[in-house]
Amino acid sequence: MTTPEEDQPAKKVSIIVSRGSLDGIYPALIMANGARMEGIEASLFFTFFGLNGLAKKTMDHLKVATVGNSALNMAMPMLGLPMTIPFPTVVGAIPGVSAFATGLMNKEMEHLDIPPVREFLELISDSGGKIYGCKLAMDMFKLKKEDLWERVDGILTMGDFYTQAAGAGSHILFT
Amino acid sequence: MNKDIAGTTVDVNEEGYLTDMSQWNDSIAAAIATEEGIPSLTDKHREVLQYLRQKQSAGEALTIRSLGKSGVVTTKELYDLFPGGPLKKSSKIAGIPKPVGCI
Repeated sequence: MTTPEEDQPAKKVSIIVSRGSLDGIYPALIMANGARMEGIEASLFFTFFGLNGLAKKTMDHLKVATVGNSALNMAMPMLGLPMTIPFPTVVGAIPGVSAFATGLMNKEMEHLDIPPVREFLELISDSGGKIYGCKLAMDMFKLKKEDLWERVDGILTMGDFYTQAAGAGSHILFT
Repeated sequence: MNKDIAGTTVDVNEEGYLTDMSQWNDSIAAAIATEEGIPSLTDKHREVLQYLRQKQSAGEALTIRSLGKSGVVTTKELYDLFPGGPLKKSSKIAGIPKPVGCI
């Protein structure tokens, strides 16, 4: 049997971020940072609603969806209730509830030393990770490069993305 | 298990991390650093190692974020000083356990 090391070590991960809620963005940030910590090259490609995590106006205000989120249960926004009780969508629709649930989650993440989105992107960028926006999605949402976080490394077409993602030991992840 | 590092027998785990941080000294650090592809330790390296040991003794969990905010080293510097796994490598050279967190 061969170990992964003998087989083919992971050298690069290219992560596509397509969702724009708090829980849609964070896994990608954690995976990119985690890759850099292991000496693996990492890049993040923000597309579609994922651009919420990269646009200056929205990146500091991402929320957890409390409406139509069938996976959300009463234990998750740290309410101390059992996981078996679903979070009622009717409650989630009350103004301020999504912000409240998001606040509870942010507090818990801070406790675990998980930075807010902007600081997390700085951390990944400082560690040598690359941050890209998707050209097509930006055209669609009428976003310009200057609407995005200042340290974005480039706006890529699909072709550019595959070019930068190529190579032995390279992995593409979609979130 | 035992390992002979820089002429001293020390206790290490299967990944080569010291299991007793009190057995650590500067020449052990230098020897592990060489194994990890860092030929010589600068004062900046040593500053980071001392900081890590201090935090470990205080029982504080180490993350790449806390290190970058410590004032001892920036994130960029840390990646330059310990290429290919900054927190893991620096912890190994500092003679403290492998960090368990994901951040």
